[in-house]
Amino acid sequence: MSEVRSSRDPLSGVRDPLGSGLAEPVSLGSRIPDPGSRLLSVEHLTTGFDLKGRFVAAVIDVSFHVAAGETLCLVGESGSGKSLTALSIMGLVQPPGRIEGGRVVFKGRELRELPEREMQKIRGAEISLIFQEPMTALNPVFTIGSQIEETLLVHGRATRRTARQKAIDLLDAVSVPEPHQRVRDYPHQLSGGLRQRALIAMSLACDPSLVIADEPTTALDVTIQAEILDLLRSLQKKMGLALLLITHDLGVVAEMADRVAVMYAGRIVEEAPVTEIFSAPAHPYTQGLLASIPGGAPGTKLQAIQGTVPPLGELPPGCSFTPRCPRRFEPCPKAHPGTTLIGTPTSDPGVRQAQAGPSPSRGGPGIPDPGRVHAVKCYLYSDAVDPDIRDARTS
Amino acid sequence: MPLLEVTNLVKHFSRRRGLLAPPSVVRAVDDVSFTVDEGEMFGLVGESGSGKTTTGRCILRLIEPTSGQIRFKGEDVLSFSRSRLRLARRDMQIVFQDPFSSLNPRMRVGSIVEEPLIIHRTGNTAERKARVAELFELVGLDPTQLKRYPHQFSGGQRQRIGLARALSLNPSFIVADEPVSALDVSVQAQVVNLMMDLQARLRLTYLFIAHDLRLVRHICRRVAVMYLGKIVEMGETEAIFAAPAHPYTRALLSAIPVPDPAASKQRVVLDPSSFQREAPLRQIGTGHVAAV
Repeated sequence: MSEVRSSRDPLSGVRDPLGSGLAEPVSLGSRIPDPGSRLLSVEHLTTGFDLKGRFVAAVIDVSFHVAAGETLCLVGESGSGKSLTALSIMGLVQPPGRIEGGRVVFKGRELRELPEREMQKIRGAEISLIFQEPMTALNPVFTIGSQIEETLLVHGRATRRTARQKAIDLLDAVSVPEPHQRVRDYPHQLSGGLRQRALIAMSLACDPSLVIADEPTTALDVTIQAEILDLLRSLQKKMGLALLLITHDLGVVAEMADRVAVMYAGRIVEEAPVTEIFSAPAHPYTQGLLASIPGGAPGTKLQAIQGTVPPLGELPPGCSFTPRCPRRFEPCPKAHPGTTLIGTPTSDPGVRQAQAGPSPSRGGPGIPDPGRVHAVKCYLYSDAVDPDIRDARTS
Repeated sequence: MPLLEVTNLVKHFSRRRGLLAPPSVVRAVDDVSFTVDEGEMFGLVGESGSGKTTTGRCILRLIEPTSGQIRFKGEDVLSFSRSRLRLARRDMQIVFQDPFSSLNPRMRVGSIVEEPLIIHRTGNTAERKARVAELFELVGLDPTQLKRYPHQFSGGQRQRIGLARALSLNPSFIVADEPVSALDVSVQAQVVNLMMDLQARLRLTYLFIAHDLRLVRHICRRVAVMYLGKIVEMGETEAIFAAPAHPYTRALLSAIPVPDPAASKQRVVLDPSSFQREAPLRQIGTGHVAAV
């Protein structure tokens, strides 16, 4: 018989799996997430490439925050700028790419102003990155054990004598079977799922408070993907990790996210708590993405978004989504819309209709709870547009 | 009569382990049998390494099977001579998964679509050019872009070019090997719609190889689930989704991420000891078999 369980718990039965061998032992769960605190905030980030003497922006005026212990999903298609956003946070943008402007504030420190030596202490230790393709992220000529040990040694989290045992404990914590043997394996000797687990073990080696996972399960089979997602979820709960999860799969978003930011052509076009994104998507792009998921009556046409993502540097004037938007109207091609807050951030998402009409609470009074904000960049909701024209469109 | 009948298909790959050690045998496809009816979109699902791609390629004899029988329109494909096989290939084509590596980057897209016509000595230059333009329109591309190179197109457009190439010789059967899994979500729907549209217009039959079960449920009337080289369950898609009988199918279905944050996350974990690998397929319900 196959076994049914609600969630996998790879850490059960492992006593203090990440703390042993540490100079300063940490107990799991010691960092209780404070929902209001901003661990990371990205403000007006613009990153792009110098191409043929011209600066082409690929991430445009992006702002968001991640609170301690929460999961923010950054959703978008390829070329939407989600991976470049991750690299910008980590300070890993290489020429011809460069960060043009904006701030990246982590635990109150502006990372862009830190000298490289300081940044190296944060990278991999306080913020770690999990890549999409575990085969290319691991070095093929070193055993996975030695690669995990290297991370520990570089950040002074273990000595040469304790590193091996700590690496084994880490592999055990991410449910790699027979970690004593696997620690001596080279990446090619492991399956894709085990490689991704080894990579997660490495990213957790220094007990980070933020993990950025860039499409961590895209290269994996669906059953392995489910295992990795379950693992990330349980590690997050145990360690109080904040997770910035970059994905294009809305199924993964629904399973993992607390909040969602939808990116299109370099901009965040909508941000909302996960339940609102699915129950009341506001931006026509978000609505189109959700509608294109197969799931209607079998054999019927899928609802596709027409056209393709515009190439870098050839963004249409105004709102970048205009040429593909089924609900475009006069102001759309003129200028990019500003941010509108819709609904009251604390309201019951079930009350509002999927296509939020004009509501008296638009741009709500007072300071909204940052974890409950539903913000959208679209003229359908903008006060800058004549209400009569706008309301005729939204109805 | 079914268009395609695959019976006891076997493909073993042998792998040398060393100079003196006996080669190890990988049973990539291990006694697989199924039929595809004319005009049907038949789904073949499974994870990487399950043998679904090898099965698709064996049917076209892009890989020579170890044993078994493949009948296409009643004829035994495995007994075809080289020249007869070439003729048969006009009728059976393939669309590959990766629209980036499956198009020659040094050829203009017009030449890519024209190439099968040249190889099969179809028409003169003018006729071929007209056919290529017609194919471009058929798959929703702009015929004025024939002179461009593949890198000038997006992934979705490239997959349309791959479809145009597969359709150039008017085949009746297409093996679509994960044709949309490399594409963005919003573009996947466009290409899937195009494939369904062409199926109706050109009376095409597809073997749709996929790992996205949501998509397969939407477009395939019947489906076969492969696991480690064997079909473990097969039948009407709706029947299988409603009541999966094989432990592997259950695990697979429960692993699909549900795009609804309120959905309950009940995961079925596969226990390999819960079933016999060699168990034969037996009838579960009407048109629904499983190896349990």
